[in-house]
This record gives sequence, C-alpha cells and structure tokens, in this order.
Amino acid sequence: MPLNECLPLRLTELPLRQLAYVDIIDWNALSETDGQRLREFGLCEGASVETLNHGGIFGHGPIACKVGRMTIAMRRNHAAAITVRAGPEGTGPEGEAA
Amino acid sequence: MSALPLIALVGNPNAGKSALFNALTGARQKLGNYPGVTVERKAGRLSLSDGRPVELVDLPGTYSLSPASPDEQVTRDVVLGRQDGEKRPDALILVVDAANLDNHLRFALEVIALRLPTVVALNMVDLATRDGLELDAAVLSRELGVPVIPTVAVRKRGLDHLRKDLESLIDGAAARPRAPSVERDFDTLRSEARRIARAAIVRETPSRRLTAAVDRVALHPVLGLLLLLGLLFIMFQAVYAWSEAPIAMIEGLAETAGNAVTGALPDSIFRSFLVDGVINGVGSVIVFLPQILILFFFILMLEATGYMVRAAFLMDGLMEKVGLSGRAFIPLLSSFACAVPGIMATRTISDPKDRLTTILIAPLMTCSARLPVYAVIIGAFIPARDVGWGIGLQGLVLFVLYLAGIVGAMLVALVLRMTVTKGKSGGFLMEMPKYQWPRWQDIVLGLWQRAFVFLKRAGTIIFASTVILWLLLSFPRVPDDNPASQVDHSIAGRIAGGLNVVLEPVGFNRDISLALIPAMAAREVAVSALATVYSIDAGDDEAKLERSLGERLKDNWPLPTALAFLAWFIFAPQCISTIAVTRRETNGWKWPMFMVGYLFVLAYLAAGATYWTATALGLS
Ligand SMILES: Nc1nc2c(ncn2[C@@H]2O[C@H](COP(=O)(O)OP(=O)(O)OP(=O)(O)O)[C@@H](O)[C@H]2O)c(=O)[nH]1
Ligand SMILES: [Mg+2]
Repeated sequence: MPLNECLPLRLTELPLRQLAYVDIIDWNALSETDGQRLREFGLCEGASVETLNHGGIFGHGPIACKVGRMTIAMRRNHAAAITVRAGPEGTGPEGEAA
Repeated sequence: MSALPLIALVGNPNAGKSALFNALTGARQKLGNYPGVTVERKAGRLSLSDGRPVELVDLPGTYSLSPASPDEQVTRDVVLGRQDGEKRPDALILVVDAANLDNHLRFALEVIALRLPTVVALNMVDLATRDGLELDAAVLSRELGVPVIPTVAVRKRGLDHLRKDLESLIDGAAARPRAPSVERDFDTLRSEARRIARAAIVRETPSRRLTAAVDRVALHPVLGLLLLLGLLFIMFQAVYAWSEAPIAMIEGLAETAGNAVTGALPDSIFRSFLVDGVINGVGSVIVFLPQILILFFFILMLEATGYMVRAAFLMDGLMEKVGLSGRAFIPLLSSFACAVPGIMATRTISDPKDRLTTILIAPLMTCSARLPVYAVIIGAFIPARDVGWGIGLQGLVLFVLYLAGIVGAMLVALVLRMTVTKGKSGGFLMEMPKYQWPRWQDIVLGLWQRAFVFLKRAGTIIFASTVILWLLLSFPRVPDDNPASQVDHSIAGRIAGGLNVVLEPVGFNRDISLALIPAMAAREVAVSALATVYSIDAGDDEAKLERSLGERLKDNWPLPTALAFLAWFIFAPQCISTIAVTRRETNGWKWPMFMVGYLFVLAYLAAGATYWTATALGLS
C-alpha cells in the first residue's frame, strides 16, 4: 500500500469508494445528540468506513457513507469531525486482528 | 388501563416492527421503507395460540434508550413504564434486522439488560439471504439468553413460532433474561454485539448488492438530481394523462344521476337540495378521486422502495441553506398527501426549533385536498395542449404550482430561522434503508385506504359544509317578482358581498368569497361550493345546466381572477384539522395562530401580485 494512503484524512477528503477506517473522532466538535447518534450508527475509532457519494451539485451537500453494514447520510460539518486512514479495518489501533 | 397482558414491540427504526404488528394483530398500520414511519404508540389485540387475548403495542423505532427526539421518547417511556396511565409491558418483542446484526444487537443488548421477559424476532431474514448472509438463530439465542425466532414479517413467516414463545413468556414459563446486572457502557455493548454477530453469521457469500448499484446513480449529484426531477415530472404529467378516462366516467355518472333526479322529482326545494347540493356539489369533488389516487400511488411507491431517504439526501443542500434539518424533508414530502400526518412526522426531528419551523411550513406543501381546486381551475383556463416534447401544458402548470409552494416554504423557513425560530442549524444524520421492490398488495391496500378516507371526507365534512352552504344560499327565497338572483338575495350571498370588499382588490369576485369560507372546513369544499353556487344560479336554465363547472367558471371569470385564485391556494389558509394538529403538537394556540396569520397575509399578497401582474400584461 502506498505510504500516502495511510496518512490521516478528514472523511470529507476521502476519495469515493476507498476503504478506510476511523482514526479519531473529534467528539467536541459535535453536539451531544449528534455525537450520540453517530455512535449509535456504529461510528467509533477503528470502524470501517467507505464514502459512496457526495451530494449536491456544488459539492456542499451531505455525504453518504457505509459504516459496517449500514449506509448513512451526514452533513459535511459532521464528516469533517471524523478523521480516517485508508486501509481495511483491522489495521487500525482498535481493530481486532481477526 | 387494560387488564390484558401487555406486550410491546421494540427495536431499531425500520426493523419491521409495524409489519410484525400488522401481521400479528391484523391491523393496517402504515409501513414504509425509511426510518421514522411510526411516531406514536399504537395498540392492537393479538390472540395467542390458545385464543387468549393479549394487548400488543407498536412503538416508534429508536437506536437506544436515550431518546434524541419526541418519538423516541415515547418508546423509552413505554418500555420503562413511565408512560402516564399505562402499566409497564409484561413482555417485549425485540425486532432485529437480520441484515444489520452488529448494529441492531447493540440496542438489543441494552433492552435485554432491562430483564423484562423478551423474545427476539430476527426479522428480514429474506433480505439477509439476498445479501448472502446465513445466520444461526440458535447461536444467537444462546448468546443473548432469550429465545430468537427468525421471521419475515411481510410474508407472515415465523409468526406461529413467535406466538408460542410469547405464550410461555406471558405464563412466566420462560426464564427471565439472565443479563449481567452490572451496567455495561456503550462501547462494551458495541463490542459484545459485534462478537455475537460474528458468532451468529454462519456464512457470508459476497453478493452483488442491489442497493449499492442503484445508489451510484440515485445519489449522484447530477444524475441523482435529474432522476428525482424526472420522477416528479412524470408524476405531475401522470396526474393528468392517466386520469382522463376515469374522470369522464365519474362525470358521466354524476350527470346521469342529476338528470334522473331532475326528471323524477317535481321542481321543489328538495330537488334543488339533491341536484345543486349533493350531486353537483359533492359530486364535483368526487370527480377528483382518480387524480388523488395517482398522486398517492407515486407517494406510496417512494415510501415503499426506500427512495424517500435518497430524495432527502439530494435535497439536503437546500434544506441546510434555509436552516432546516435534513430529516425535515420527509415530513414535508408527506405533507403532499396531507399536512396532518406531515406535522405528526416532525416528531422525528430532535431540535425543537427545527421541528417548529418544519411544522410551520408544512401547510405550504400542496396537500392532496388542494388538487381538486387546482385541477378545476387549470382544467377551465389552461388549454390542454402540448408545449413540445410531449409535455402537456396542464401538467406543467400543476408542476409550477407545486414548485411555487415549495419555493414559498423554503423562503418562509429562511425568514423564520432568522427571526422567530432562530437557533443553531440542525443536522442530517440518517440511515439509508436497503431498496425493496414494493409489494403490490401493500400499494393496493394503501390506495384503497386513501380512497376510503377521501370518500369518507366527501360523505361527511365536504357533504356537511356543502349542505350548510346550500341552505345559506337558498334562503331567504327570492320572491318571484324580484329580478335579483337567488344567490345575491341569500344570506350567504350577502355575507360574501361584505367579504368581497376586502377581496375585490386582489381580483376576487363574489363567488370566490362565497367559496373561501366553507373551504376552511376542507379545502376541496371550495370546489363543491362553486359548483353549488353555479348550480343554483342556473336555476331552470337548461342551457346553463348543460355546462360543466369548468365551462361556467370560464364564462364568469376573467383569466387574471382565475390565476389569482390559484395563487391564493398555494398559501391557502389552513383547514381546521391542520390548525388542530398544530395546536396539539406545539402545546398551545400561539403557533397555530401565527401560522394562520402569516399564511393569510401571504395568500393575500400572492393573489394580489398575480392579479395585478396578469391584468397589467393584458391577459384575458
Ligand atoms: N423483505 C422484508 N421486508 C420487510 C420485512 N418486515 C418489514 N419489511 C419492510 O420493511 C420496511 C419497514 O417496515 P416497518 O414495519 O415500517 O418498520 P418499523 O420497524 O415499524 O419502522 P419505524 O416505524 O420507522 O420504526 C417496510 O417497507 C416493510 O414492508 C421482512 O421481514 N422482509
Ligand atoms: Mg413502524
């Protein structure tokens, strides 16, 4: 895997359909309810994510991404609080070596 | 409080709780392939295999027992026994989506830890199979410590088994869940859920995922938007193109009935009641049943396929700009059917100000009750011709009217969010369901329910308002030697004459003033009221009686007046049920009064602006 793919990126910057895992989530950037909802969707450090589409013609719309088996939509301000690293799940700090 | 054993359905949104509820009780709760369909508790009766009745409650879906919105709060309160006037459930049916185990099991573990007698319905196993997943219910049951029954709610599979297990739960024969008594935090529950999910998955064959493939187009910024616009456009064209034949049939029936009554009865006030009030009045509304059903057909398809959330995704950029949450899109889209369920559906919005704004603009979405009004005026004044590329002008005008309502709503939201409902802007965090091909039984049943509701409205509120208007129009009788028209002479005519002083500047005539007041009861009454007015006006004049409502409108109204009337109805002041539901959902009179006030002002200004512009342009 090329080195640059392992550098941390914001979820908003992750290329479409590039498998990645969550590195850090800046919970302080999210309101309590939104943070809780993201957690409930299974977003946590180490979770695998893949962006499917960026909505909006001008590139300011929400982002659709796959988290585990779920597809979820979120706005950019939320996605910007999530830092990811390219690569399959399990290479992350919390990922279990299956 | 019922003395029957109480069982509650809990689970994540869109897991199939309502489908299971319907299958078990024979009820017909609304289903939809998007999260947040059920927003309040609904009770029904279920018979166990030995015939004993049990009360079953369907609850809104929730992701955890820490609610984020009013609908989720209901679920928490019922499950914890905090709901006023209701006992704590004796047992729970925990509905889990087999195709999304990791996620749903986390909430399942949270619920099982409450140690209520619980049975898990492992629902949607058919979809899991479609995705290439094979699960072992026995492993799941062992790990969770509660019975697990695979079900397919919409095909009624697994129900007998479920009933049998419920029986032993109610009888106390089954052991309570032996969940650990120590409180486990969120992360512990999540890894536990993952571990159990992995253990329960016997095989996973990677399969072509339909949803991912469709979403490549449906969520695409350009293609997706074109698809959405295309769908909407087809919908409005279809409202006209598909409805011609059935409408002609209903009109024919009404005419035959009218002629039969006129022929059979001597000229009397009773005959006038039947012909002017019932057949021409109420009949003029029933004519629109086909168009309303076509509209509902599209809405039902959107709801059942799972496209709804995709549409919300595409429109979220706009929602964000006017300060609304992305979730607001779904209540607003429901408001195309009727604002009442739309306003109820705002319960899924967590931020109170966000929710209030959505409630206040919901009536701007063109509800199906406005369709007859639009259709009558369009039918009368807009020629049925092609504007090119096979696009009908009438359907196009209808599309523009709907669009005007949407644009109006967005502008109002923008202003409200900067003034009375100022606050931090909401978000858009939503799960996207897997696509499903709608089952035609559901669509037919849905259409039948809408048709029934509409005909019931026609037979009750529309009928009653039309009859009252007919009475007010028929009395006092104009003396035979008096050349004044019956309508001018009547009580209603005089009231309308007074009201017309205010409405004349925006181009309205006496007949419109007459129609607007009873239209508060139900908007369709505007149409039946006009029909009654013209029917009475025609009296015995054969030539006039021959003419349809549309033709008579065309004889009597200049084009600018008709356009102003359409513009008025984009913002049309509220029907009574919308005011009532707004009062209930906002706990007071303040907001419904505000809503009615601003809508009146906008309606007046819009009608005026349209009238003056059209007159200045010399349209006639
Ligand atoms: N294929 C399949 N579809 C199902 C099954 N059960 C429910 N559905 C469909 O899944 C969708 C969601 O079902 P609902 O019963 O409305 O879900 P719910 O849990 O009540 O959802 P909320 O009220 O939003 O919490 C609907 O489109 C149903 O037709 C199932 O076992 N198999
Ligand atoms: Mg439901």
